[in-house]
Amino acid sequence: MDVTAVIREVLTEEGRLGLPLADIGDLDDLYKRGLTSHASVGLMLALEDRFGIEFPDALLAKATFESIGAIRDALSTLGVVGDTAPTSVE
Amino acid sequence: MSDPGPVLSSGARYRDELVARGLLLATGVDGLYGFSNDLVRLIAAVETYVSAAGAGKYEVLRFPPVVPRVVLERSGYVRSFPDLVGAVRTFTGGDEAHHALLRTLDAGGDWTAGLGGSDVALCAAACQPLYPTITPDLPVGGRRFDVCGYVFRHEPSSDVARMLSFRQYEYVYAGDELGALAHRDHWTEVAAEMLSDLGLDVAATLASDPFFGRAGRALTATQREGALKYEVVAATAPDAPTTAITSANCHLDHFCRELGIRTAAGETAHSSCVGFGLERIAFALLFAHGPNLAGWPDRARARLAV
Repeated sequence: MDVTAVIREVLTEEGRLGLPLADIGDLDDLYKRGLTSHASVGLMLALEDRFGIEFPDALLAKATFESIGAIRDALSTLGVVGDTAPTSVE
Repeated sequence: MSDPGPVLSSGARYRDELVARGLLLATGVDGLYGFSNDLVRLIAAVETYVSAAGAGKYEVLRFPPVVPRVVLERSGYVRSFPDLVGAVRTFTGGDEAHHALLRTLDAGGDWTAGLGGSDVALCAAACQPLYPTITPDLPVGGRRFDVCGYVFRHEPSSDVARMLSFRQYEYVYAGDELGALAHRDHWTEVAAEMLSDLGLDVAATLASDPFFGRAGRALTATQREGALKYEVVAATAPDAPTTAITSANCHLDHFCRELGIRTAAGETAHSSCVGFGLERIAFALLFAHGPNLAGWPDRARARLAV
């Protein structure tokens, strides 16, 4: 499973970013790209459904969802790993 | 602090004490009370005191305590606080449905099941109906509003400071990001001074809203992390934790983005508000100074003209 691709898919559905996801790098700050706190919660719930996991309280922080890379790191601590694409270094 | 009367062990006993003294008139439902002559005067004095603090600097607007249902929907209230919502149901049937409703009523059943949804709901925050009326393009410097009204929160409690229906007096700002933060910070400081000046032992603390469910825990964490909301807290009853009697909240662009409200520079506007809980302030005063207004400290009496 390409975890990054799934994150991007969920972000497209839930992020309400108003710009094409192709324009967003893995390390870009999603909040600066328009992710609101309410949209980040929708994103969190959708990721939980998609991966069958539950974010513990310790991960319910703004930083957890601030970039695609950060989300991938958080998911990996919950045992969600796969064929992750290399993190962009732009 | 003068003696508020016998020490009571719970919110219910303190509430019963205020009922016994005649300050509150019981209705049979926790959180809904009538107010005595003295309490009405006191709450009106608190309103005048709060109103004077913003006089001349804000556009004064008033809305009914019942709002279009869409106001609760677009503000995100239903999403974040479904447990606090009150929506209005009304009867729209004919004779047959009326008879069925009466049969249920006479049998002691839930006759409200015979009512249907309507386009209106109970206002949950005094500033809620304001935002959709703000014109999309704000002038330079933003706009400042003075709103006050009854709100409803479905959180039944015997704690007198946690009523189902109460009044909020709010000063609201809509404009740029820095203006919204400055408004909140200004009022957090001013509110603490104003309430302290009435002889209340207050503290301003970082706070969060009681967002519902798991999603709510995430929102609470984000709100605290962003240090968006502050409360001025005081004691309102014996043997109870302090209660927020005023709160100041920065909404970022949450409301303005949904409603397409923009700053003079063309950016999505930010908003913030301060809400004074008029009854809660009155209860904090009663608890601090005692139920006999004539015996209150001169300073508090002078400030409130009671």
